[in-house]
Amino acid sequence: MVNSGKPPGQRPMTPRPMGLGPRFRRLWHANENLRGYVLLMPTLLFVVAMLLVSMVTLVVQSFWGSVGADSAIQYTLSNYTIFLEPKGEMYRVLLARSLWMSLLITVMVVLFCYPIAYVLAFHVRKHKIFWLIVITIPFWTSYLLRVFSWKVILQHDGVLNSVLVGLGFIDEPLDIFLHNRSAVIVTLTHAWAAFAILPIYVSLEKIDRSLLEAAIDLGDGFMRRFWRITLPLSMPGVLGAVLLLFIRNVGDYVTPALVGGISGTMLGNIIVSLFTDMSNEPLAAAVSIVMMVTITLVVCVFVLLIGGRKRLRGVT
Amino acid sequence: MFRLRAPVVAPLILVLYLFTLYGPVLLLPLFSFNDSIYMTFPMKEFTSKWYGEMIQDESLMGALWVSIKIAVLTSIASTIFGFLAAKAMTRYRVWGRSVLFAFIMLPLIIPSIILGASLLSFFRLFLGMELTLWTVGLSHVLICIPFSMLILIARLEGFDRNLEEASYDLGMNAWQTFRRVTLPLAMPAVLASLLLCFMVSFDEFLLAFFLSGNQATLPVYMYSLLRFPQFLPGILALGSCILVVSAVLISVAEWLRRGQAET
Repeated sequence: MVNSGKPPGQRPMTPRPMGLGPRFRRLWHANENLRGYVLLMPTLLFVVAMLLVSMVTLVVQSFWGSVGADSAIQYTLSNYTIFLEPKGEMYRVLLARSLWMSLLITVMVVLFCYPIAYVLAFHVRKHKIFWLIVITIPFWTSYLLRVFSWKVILQHDGVLNSVLVGLGFIDEPLDIFLHNRSAVIVTLTHAWAAFAILPIYVSLEKIDRSLLEAAIDLGDGFMRRFWRITLPLSMPGVLGAVLLLFIRNVGDYVTPALVGGISGTMLGNIIVSLFTDMSNEPLAAAVSIVMMVTITLVVCVFVLLIGGRKRLRGVT
Repeated sequence: MFRLRAPVVAPLILVLYLFTLYGPVLLLPLFSFNDSIYMTFPMKEFTSKWYGEMIQDESLMGALWVSIKIAVLTSIASTIFGFLAAKAMTRYRVWGRSVLFAFIMLPLIIPSIILGASLLSFFRLFLGMELTLWTVGLSHVLICIPFSMLILIARLEGFDRNLEEASYDLGMNAWQTFRRVTLPLAMPAVLASLLLCFMVSFDEFLLAFFLSGNQATLPVYMYSLLRFPQFLPGILALGSCILVVSAVLISVAEWLRRGQAET
């Protein structure tokens, strides 16, 4: 029998007039989406204010003339056009150098981290959690101290020189280790290593072992298995690490400031000195925004290329 | 011919890697016991005097105290924010969940220098605030929320919703349910989040560098001393203490987060 909805012998229900409170309460109980949003709202509003609104103020500030806040604000494009002018060569060079160095660092970190993630995923059977913790500890400990320890190693009267002199390889301490680009690259590679292992490890751990066993049964050697199964299937983790490392390293400040010298200076250093020594905040804002837009473009091109290749592979 | 076998190569890679990872960092504690302000081999006499000087250095201890205060408040605030977001995202079908998730994760991805620059103009020009430790703390909350949310989502996802329903059926209200069911079950992740956010805030340099007024946090203060050799031993001593304490805190946090989840 079909339920008619109203039990017989009862008065039909008339909706009672409701105040705002009960009406909200009913909506609250009826609508899961709403409850979710109300719960999410404090966090979301905080991030919107601190991230979106602050970005907007930075963009607005980047169009200011360099006179600053005291006199009447004049809007100008000159902070951006300087990138195209001859006198803005420094900014172009530093931007290109920062992108290039960040790319190098990213590649080095992945090459450095892949073997250990592989070993962790496939060859460590006991106490995996322990090893994971041991490997991630450096990532959470003071970035400043980790960078500083490289300065201690590489400087003129530093560890490396004193060891080399002590062993008799060189007679005089060398100055070639510190204050250059390779010092920045080595230091940042080391600083980010602990970070990149985790995503690579996670995607390696997810690989279905029976695929590898099947490949062994079909006579594939280690290298063939690696190229055709392990590496492609671990790509999600690798790409995740690559994107984050690349984005974060373009804007690094501490490492080039401590170990970079002049040839290792990056765009982040110029942004800070525009803010502090030269107190040209509008230009600093414009340089930051150019940097962010460039990073975004590079990442978009990269993602499109990856997507395009995947589509090609899907067709063939 | 000698063939490379996994049982030989695997531990070798592990050991080599750990040596490279920890080697440079462990130089700091090593030289903190060296009786010289220069960090070269061969080392001089063993001494613990730098630790004594460190304790007596009032400005260093002042900066340490500032950083601890900020880190404690930051870790509590960001864990609350992270918990709310994680709960909303795991318990309710929030429309546009993946977009909102990605948005809240953004502070982790954007280079700190851009965050620092934009927050500087936000606090000073938009809000007209003076730069104080509060501005540093707020910026730290922003970068800690993603960590906290990630950790808590991982815990709350494997959460049996029936337990909360049962609590409501037994007549508990929302607060009692939170207090006596949800919170105890999420506790390992909450503690892990508190500890890790504390560490992130305590170690954070660039945002504090941009946003601190006349009071410096410990990383900012240490950075300003790094170019003066006579101050280095004190920094090495304090740095070694920080390394030890943070290694312990992080191990506990990671154990709470990963080890507990497996049981």
